[in-house]
Amino acid sequence: MEVLTNGFLLGATYALLAMGLTLQYGVARIMNLANGEMLVAGAFAAFWAFTANQISPFYAVLFVVPLAFIFNWLVYRYLLTPLVRRAKSQGQLEVDTILATFGMSFALVGIMLMLFGGEFFTYSYLAEPFEIFGSPYGLNRVVACLASVFICGLLFWAIYTTRIGMAMRALTSNPDAASLVAIDVPRMSALAFSLGGAVSAVGGIMLSTFLTLDASIGVVFTMKALIIVIMGGVGDIRGAIIAAMVLGIAETLVASLIDPGLTLAAAYLLFILVLLFKPEGLFGRKAI
Amino acid sequence: MRFSDYCSLTLVIGLFILAALLPLIPDSDYLMSLALPIAMYTVLATSWALFSGPTHYISLATGAFYGVGAYVVGTGIEFIPYPVLLLIAGFSGIVLAGLVGIATLRLSGVYFVIFTLGLAELIRQLVTWIQNNFTGSRGLYVLTDITENYIYWQLIALTALVFLVGWLIKRSRLGFALRIIGNDELVAGHCGINSAGCKVILFMVSGCFAAVVGAVMAPRFTYIEPSMAFSPELSFQVVIMALLGGVHRLWGPLVGVIPFTLLWEVIASSFPTQTVLLLGVSFLLIVYFIPDGVVGRLEDLVKSMRLARPGSNRG
Amino acid sequence: MKQLTQLIILIGAMFFAGLSSAAEPIKIGAVAPKTGPLAGGAAITQWPNIQLWAHQINARGGLKMSDGSKRPVEIIEYDDRTNPAETIKAVQRLATKDKADFIVAPYGTGLNLASAPIFAKYGYPHIAVSAITDKTGELTKRYPSMFFTLGTTTAFASSVVDILKAMRDAGEINNRVAMVNVADAFGIELADSARPIFKAAGFELVFDKSYPLGTQDLSPIIKGAKAASPTSFVAWSYPPDTFALTELAKIENLDVKAFYTAVATCFPAYAGKFGASIEGNLGAGGVNPDAPELQDYYKSHKEVTGKDADYWAGPVTYASLQVLEQAIEGVGNTDRAAVTQYIKDNSFKTVMGDWKFNNQVIDQYWTVGQWQGGKFYGVGSTGKAGQKKAVIKKGW
Repeated sequence: MEVLTNGFLLGATYALLAMGLTLQYGVARIMNLANGEMLVAGAFAAFWAFTANQISPFYAVLFVVPLAFIFNWLVYRYLLTPLVRRAKSQGQLEVDTILATFGMSFALVGIMLMLFGGEFFTYSYLAEPFEIFGSPYGLNRVVACLASVFICGLLFWAIYTTRIGMAMRALTSNPDAASLVAIDVPRMSALAFSLGGAVSAVGGIMLSTFLTLDASIGVVFTMKALIIVIMGGVGDIRGAIIAAMVLGIAETLVASLIDPGLTLAAAYLLFILVLLFKPEGLFGRKAI
Repeated sequence: MRFSDYCSLTLVIGLFILAALLPLIPDSDYLMSLALPIAMYTVLATSWALFSGPTHYISLATGAFYGVGAYVVGTGIEFIPYPVLLLIAGFSGIVLAGLVGIATLRLSGVYFVIFTLGLAELIRQLVTWIQNNFTGSRGLYVLTDITENYIYWQLIALTALVFLVGWLIKRSRLGFALRIIGNDELVAGHCGINSAGCKVILFMVSGCFAAVVGAVMAPRFTYIEPSMAFSPELSFQVVIMALLGGVHRLWGPLVGVIPFTLLWEVIASSFPTQTVLLLGVSFLLIVYFIPDGVVGRLEDLVKSMRLARPGSNRG
Repeated sequence: MKQLTQLIILIGAMFFAGLSSAAEPIKIGAVAPKTGPLAGGAAITQWPNIQLWAHQINARGGLKMSDGSKRPVEIIEYDDRTNPAETIKAVQRLATKDKADFIVAPYGTGLNLASAPIFAKYGYPHIAVSAITDKTGELTKRYPSMFFTLGTTTAFASSVVDILKAMRDAGEINNRVAMVNVADAFGIELADSARPIFKAAGFELVFDKSYPLGTQDLSPIIKGAKAASPTSFVAWSYPPDTFALTELAKIENLDVKAFYTAVATCFPAYAGKFGASIEGNLGAGGVNPDAPELQDYYKSHKEVTGKDADYWAGPVTYASLQVLEQAIEGVGNTDRAAVTQYIKDNSFKTVMGDWKFNNQVIDQYWTVGQWQGGKFYGVGSTGKAGQKKAVIKKGW
């Protein structure tokens, strides 16, 4: 039970990590390797709010979300749109965006280094025990898990019940057909990309309450998110959530029952097996 | 062979000899510190392009092969003579690439890209775990008397080898089959070409070279750390260098590696506090403005000059 | 037009004449991570100390030369992105292109060892700080201008065991030890040398696991360790995991009498994050913060760099720069071979006490420190003065 609870908490954290990238890759078709840097930027905002201004990191959400949204919108509009226009095929767009966003992640690390320096940033917030089924867990992790459930729920609702959500789903399944039914593809993609960036930044805020970060650590989170998104199936929020949970529980199981030294190996093995036997992802459909 | 072929062959051999003589020039130390990475990335990028050029698969597994090569040397250097280790490293690269190739080459596009990235991480995790639990600190230190110059000469020899292999492949039945696969895989299948087999062989060639390069470089680092041997950054750099040059000519990656290395050196030495930011920006500029590679640009230039000539006559 | 040209040449000549008569700065190269996995540590112990040192020397007019003149120092910094290939390239660039007079040792064991052949090739004194290895003998023989200051792997491991042994002999803890390590070069090496030492001392490793670098959730580790009911917990950890393990141990109420985490336990941010609850926590390093020279150091570090210095590698880095400073002034010029020889032959007054290299190695150093009353005191060393006695941890 303890293992499962722990795995669930970790899985929820992973879902938070991956939600932003799912939107960016699934709808806007941008495999954003600078996603982790966005997350670190959000985390830093929370750190700054807490240490310099003594306000709860959760209030940081109020200014981080709009800022991250605008920033990502600008990135999409001015840096990625030219690539989208230029690409002759989906494959070429993917290669171009992978390389471009890899460069962007470097640039963002450089900017963050300039703004906040290279030190670790860490603080204690809600680092108190919270009992579930009689064993203690960090309250900050539990809160992050709740936030993750809330955000996933919100996105789920938005994507499956609203008009914009329907447009996004249409875009995921077939961008060409989507434009035929009067969906403004570029605008919708920009919206999804910016929304994804904002969600990642919020994820960063949550993570900052229990992880120690520095300006160059983003790539670790990008890798995790990448695995989850691919495992879950392109652009499928349900898939990403399930993949995150599977990964969280599997890692905790391996760490508790076999050897913690193999957790990441297990995660990658799982990922590779999914790719080999179900390349379209746990929930993905064939033929895009 | 025609006369012009002999001419270019002589030219190529001459260039190699010149490159090999570089360390003997007095006061060439600073030059050497640039020539060595250029040689290393030339081997990596050219061998990468041997596979990725015709097949259009973007592999980010270079770091994995490189790391395996470095670890072979790190673990064995105390018991096994160095040249044997190079062979073992190359062989490990071949085996690993073969296994991966058979398992994954039916994946396409972005799945293959992410797969190779995940693979590099998986191998790194496994190697680290094995080292942690079984070999201990053995395999961390590579204390040899191999100097920078010897490493450089080995890399030059490898460069020659990779060009030779590439040239042979182009001329062989394999090369012909690959051209057809590159144009249309379906057609290739109908012609009776075993396209999966061809791809796996090429992947093995490229994996072998990357592993040997890792093995050659290991003595230079003295201390092999997993996080540095299996660096994803290396894989990305190889890709961007090869693409910057152009992957459809054998010498394409070379014309990417040289300007790229020089550009990074200029950035690193002129903007020490903002190195990463500017590296990122230069990366972006390359993707935006030189999408077809330097070779593509050169070919466009040649084409427009040829077109311009009759045009100007008429005018 | 001709006159104008002449005028320009004249002004130019005067300008250069002026330059050469003013004291030419001594060029000091510095290569360390500003980005990459080790950047967080380097930003605390490496860069601020180089800044402080250069500031202080230039504030007093520069380094005194044998002809009575004073030469300021000029720092040339490069970011190696925690990539040994870049470290090598940057050191080579400093030696050949920038013609640096001296080069500060890089940061991290791997980066120091990777660049050691280059330092040796050009005869630069290489006073390594953030490099912990058991191969000091072999390495100093191979690289005659390389010096080690921070200690060896075995000394770090055996010091921890000695402290636990003393506690056990006093009846404060029992034989049960939980040991974990980060699966990167540093952690692997320390765990590897600690295992036999623990065994020889009669301790039982009731939990002995590693975790990969970059693990996001270490709670299975703490839960597993707790389930093995040890009275001592030892983690050969890196900065992010040191923070995470401590927080989780607190949350899980891992009730041990000795709690040890390696790197970053001595960082001011550690105390900043956990406050008084880390009283009694053990960690790698330590200093004697009550020594007057260190108190001065902490004060000026805060003034010049705006941040608090740590209680281990930071002061040692500064001490290594003091060695360089005193050796250059002792020789009176920038002859590298003479400076290297001077370092070998003389003893130095540093913020870490008196230093004398024995076969290019400082063999009196701090190994274990403990948070006692808000400061991180050295409680284990290889013969340092001012050592405090380690106390048991009384809960979180």
